[in-house]
Amino acid sequence: MIVAETKPLDEIKALLSDAEKVLVVGCGTCVTVCFAGGSREVAIMGSLLRMAGRMDGHERQVEEVTVQRQCEWEYLDAIAEQVGAVDVVLSLGCGIGVQALAEHFPNAWVVPGLNTKFMGLPLEQGVWAERCAGCGDCLLGLTGGVCPIARCSKQLLNGPCGGSIDGHCEINPEVSCAWQLIYDRLTEKGKLEVLMEIQPPRDWRTARHGGPRTIVREDLRLPEDHQAGQSMKQEA
Amino acid sequence: MNISANGYLSGSNLERVLRAGHFAATGELGPPQSADGSTIREKAQLLKGACDAANITDNQTAIVRMSSVSAGAIALQEGLEPVIQVTCRDRNRLAIQSDILGAYAQGIRNILALSGDHQTFGNHPMAKNVHDIDSIQLVQMIAEMRDKKIFQCGDPFKGQEPCMFVGAAAAPFAHPIDFRPYRLGKKVNAGANFIQTQLIYDIEAFKKYMEKVRALGLHEKTYILAGVGPLKSPAMARYMRESVPGMLIPDEIMNRMTAAGAPWSGKGELTKEDKKARSGAWRETGIKICVELIQQLREIEGVSGVHIMAIEWEEAVRPIAEGAGLLPRPVVEPAAA
Ligand code: SF4
Ligand code: SF4
Repeated sequence: MIVAETKPLDEIKALLSDAEKVLVVGCGTCVTVCFAGGSREVAIMGSLLRMAGRMDGHERQVEEVTVQRQCEWEYLDAIAEQVGAVDVVLSLGCGIGVQALAEHFPNAWVVPGLNTKFMGLPLEQGVWAERCAGCGDCLLGLTGGVCPIARCSKQLLNGPCGGSIDGHCEINPEVSCAWQLIYDRLTEKGKLEVLMEIQPPRDWRTARHGGPRTIVREDLRLPEDHQAGQSMKQEA
Repeated sequence: MNISANGYLSGSNLERVLRAGHFAATGELGPPQSADGSTIREKAQLLKGACDAANITDNQTAIVRMSSVSAGAIALQEGLEPVIQVTCRDRNRLAIQSDILGAYAQGIRNILALSGDHQTFGNHPMAKNVHDIDSIQLVQMIAEMRDKKIFQCGDPFKGQEPCMFVGAAAAPFAHPIDFRPYRLGKKVNAGANFIQTQLIYDIEAFKKYMEKVRALGLHEKTYILAGVGPLKSPAMARYMRESVPGMLIPDEIMNRMTAAGAPWSGKGELTKEDKKARSGAWRETGIKICVELIQQLREIEGVSGVHIMAIEWEEAVRPIAEGAGLLPRPVVEPAAA
């Protein structure tokens, strides 16, 4: 899932500046699961902003709503009226949710209430860890299911570096050394010979380095007249 | 790369000394955190003649310093042969290749390829790092620029290719320790002509490592220079033992360092002179230990030389080399190949 964290309240207040009417929009998917932007956090944010408004002598009208999935336009139509009635939309979705709102409602001013951190998983209650950097050319099949792009501090393909000690990375004893994990996995599975091969330099174009990425699946696309109809609907 | 073939790969002094079968000695020179070239000239004079070549560090410990290529060019003017360190932290494959072209054009003939310490250790922890390629891929890239006359992308050179003597680092005691000889093997297969190890203080542990290295036949495919360095004080030794990954310092050495300062312990508040004398005693012992380590390392089959690291204490290199019987450094004429 996508893991995010709430921005500091002062930063959010600055983003809202002198808005009189604010709509806080939550999302029922990833950020609900990581307790950053679900209906519960939307309610808390709403109360905080109302309270802060009273204390700062700048009372605001704060509305709250949570959509099932902020990153898909079709879920946003239902809140069009509420969005149209406010000065600022404060999204508690991930960065994709914020942009989906801004793209879908070009007349609205949308600001982020969260810092989107990474794609990861909960390790235990209250602890999340990064697992994938979306490099576009997954090599987990070589590394026993441990990602060196997201989890090695130097993104080494031929690790471990000389900083690996007692299972942790040189940068911090709290961070596991991805290459120690890879080594252990491959040893366990009797596949250590994979590590003896030199992995060549990567083609980073599959990652962000080739510019922003788009996927086009011709097999799934609708006939052209339908497409035109759809995009008109989105811009409406 | 077949290093027994006739003709030199780079013709560097370091390569010639090693090829002639001499026990090699390299030093280390840290460029300044300033644009002042005179400190390099001074340090180069301290190292010149005391070693066959000196590593010029590349933003060591992720602290911004004068570039290793520029500092290396200055060292060369002073008559000290540089080994340019290149990390993968600060530059991508385009920048590294262009630096290598420039370095070769300036007369630089040795490179040491490194991953680089993470930037969180240095003075710009907020910086973005690169790691486009890793140290093993870097070794391969430099070797192929020389041997296949191609850029990393595969395009052929249009003119002179850079012929570098390519080195890599080894951390024999980092984890997972069983994999370390194999990782060295990967570096050798990638094309590392010489290897400089992390500082060695634990001779017994290093002997075990070298046994495995020999079993893999790596000592016959590359020149292994064991890393040594003089300890300055018991506090430095303790810090290194506790905080530097893969640094093994036996109790015996710790105790010798502590004993060197014994005459001043229990004396209460030390005067400035006392402190100076104590520091002198520590350093003298540090140099003595270093000399003994070199003598022991020299006896280990497969060790072709030593890499003497005395960063910010370049004065120590000459007495160490002297004490270990490594002076004068051999002169191997290019024509002798
Ligand atoms: S290799 Fe790439 S796609 Fe696979 S987990 Fe790592 S970052 Fe994600
Ligand atoms: S210690 Fe491990 S995780 Fe950290 S940079 Fe080195 S190989 Fe990567």
